[in-house]
Amino acid sequence: MNKILVGLKRVVDYNVRVRVRSDGSGVETDGVKMSINPFDEIALEEALRIRERGEASEVIVVSVGPTDAQQQLRTGLAMGADRAILVETKEATDPLTTARILLELVNRESPDLVIVGKQAIDQDHNQTGQMLAAIWGRPQASFASQVRFDGTKATVTREIDVGLETIEIDLPAVITADLRLNEPRYVKLPDIMKAKKKPLDILPIGDLGVTVAPALRARSFEPPAQRQKGIMVQDVGGLIGALKDKGLL
Amino acid sequence: MARILVIAEHDGGCLNPSTAKCVACALDIPNPEIHVAVFAAAGGDIATAAAKLHGVRSVIQIDNAANERPLASVLAPQVAALADGFTHVLGPSTTFGKDLMPRVAALLGVNQLSDIMSVEGEREFKRPIYAGNAIVTVEAPADVPVVATVRAASYKAVDEDNSAPVEPRSVSAELPTHTRYISTQAGSSDRPDLQTAAKVVSGGRALGSSDNFELIFKLADAMGAAVGASRAAVDAGYVPNELQVGQTGKIIAPELYLAIGISGAIQHLTGIKDAGTIVAINKDSEAPIFEVADVGLVGDLFNVVPELTEALKS
Repeated sequence: MNKILVGLKRVVDYNVRVRVRSDGSGVETDGVKMSINPFDEIALEEALRIRERGEASEVIVVSVGPTDAQQQLRTGLAMGADRAILVETKEATDPLTTARILLELVNRESPDLVIVGKQAIDQDHNQTGQMLAAIWGRPQASFASQVRFDGTKATVTREIDVGLETIEIDLPAVITADLRLNEPRYVKLPDIMKAKKKPLDILPIGDLGVTVAPALRARSFEPPAQRQKGIMVQDVGGLIGALKDKGLL
Repeated sequence: MARILVIAEHDGGCLNPSTAKCVACALDIPNPEIHVAVFAAAGGDIATAAAKLHGVRSVIQIDNAANERPLASVLAPQVAALADGFTHVLGPSTTFGKDLMPRVAALLGVNQLSDIMSVEGEREFKRPIYAGNAIVTVEAPADVPVVATVRAASYKAVDEDNSAPVEPRSVSAELPTHTRYISTQAGSSDRPDLQTAAKVVSGGRALGSSDNFELIFKLADAMGAAVGASRAAVDAGYVPNELQVGQTGKIIAPELYLAIGISGAIQHLTGIKDAGTIVAINKDSEAPIFEVADVGLVGDLFNVVPELTEALKS
């Protein structure tokens, strides 16, 4: 395999408990820690392992986002990616527009494989990989927990509701990474230094000639309904009594 | 009028209960005319089951040998072709729907709406973001079809009191051969299905091992409950992935949920916030799970769970 393209989204770190602004205009993201979407980190780790096994020659990390998304791409380079591309945009893009941007990069780079996380933990859409595969006219293997290659084919095990499903796909293809595909490596300090010298291209979104898809409009935001605090019981007898009172036993 | 196409989920023989929940969501859309599409190799029995669902106007049965397995790349062009003339195309927010519906939406040139939790208008819906830490009301653009997945835990299955007509149909679409089904490794279980069970007993990392997780299975069996697990327990290899409850696992809404040895990370809580009653058993009285539990018991699960199991058996 020649190239692997990996999508990295800059998102609010998974440890941050986000809050809705009091005026309902959005979610408070000022000053909060930002990170690579954890599923995209798994996607990158998989691409690096494929390259380290000698089954691919180059790993390119791509992000569609603000200027600051360079930080996440630098982290991706420190993990081991060979080069990075930032498609710079001030406004967040919707999944179909993101997929169209990725397709434009696919057309320029001709990768044999694109790996992205199965969902980003901010919008929780779970769409971009499938949409890229659709408009590229290529196979998708979503929710991957194991990937093996054999020439121009890949065998992918997918996490589905009833268990695990295995499919065979022709390359090029899109794979979306699930949690148990691998455990991403930690970045070491010398690698961070090395990453500063790796190429990072910045393309303004307007230069790609991509048509923006009709977007869903967010009208208002609200915090989720809170559950009432319940009662504490002292022992198993108390627990059974409480459940009987609720008619559950 | 809203002409709504619901994509049925099934295993080749039986209709998945998620379909009846999608129909419930569709009924909340103003002036609905609901049609259910069954894509299968031989979908007669599935179509008959779908025709019983309350509120369904007709069932469209598309039999094709290529539809024996639910491969998104094979189904999506057929759904996109069938979608012509519909204002809404809905599928369940299960791994089936999450795999398929974005591919359908992209072929139709529209964005997809994920995880509808309530209908606010013909094109206005609420959905969770940030692992359920925020709810956003979104408006889909006019003049293009609404393609969406329905968060099953937000809806009760409609009754089976209908006998809608079943209409066999062939769909003209070019079907790719670049994706081939190999096998499914399903957890064989006589226990109730996690996604639809009225009672669920879940275990977390505190169980410590796969062997100890037997305590959870025994309690579940004494209660007639399904078994679930936290991500930590699945990652540790105590139980297989299909038992994971939470943001990236299954979102469930049982009447009774027992969280045992689960600390209650936000990613887990988002999977159970629609449960009727949450019971937490944990030895750490500060565990966040107690903030959402209706009934809490601070104690060592290795003492509490066997005692509870015995008490329920007798």
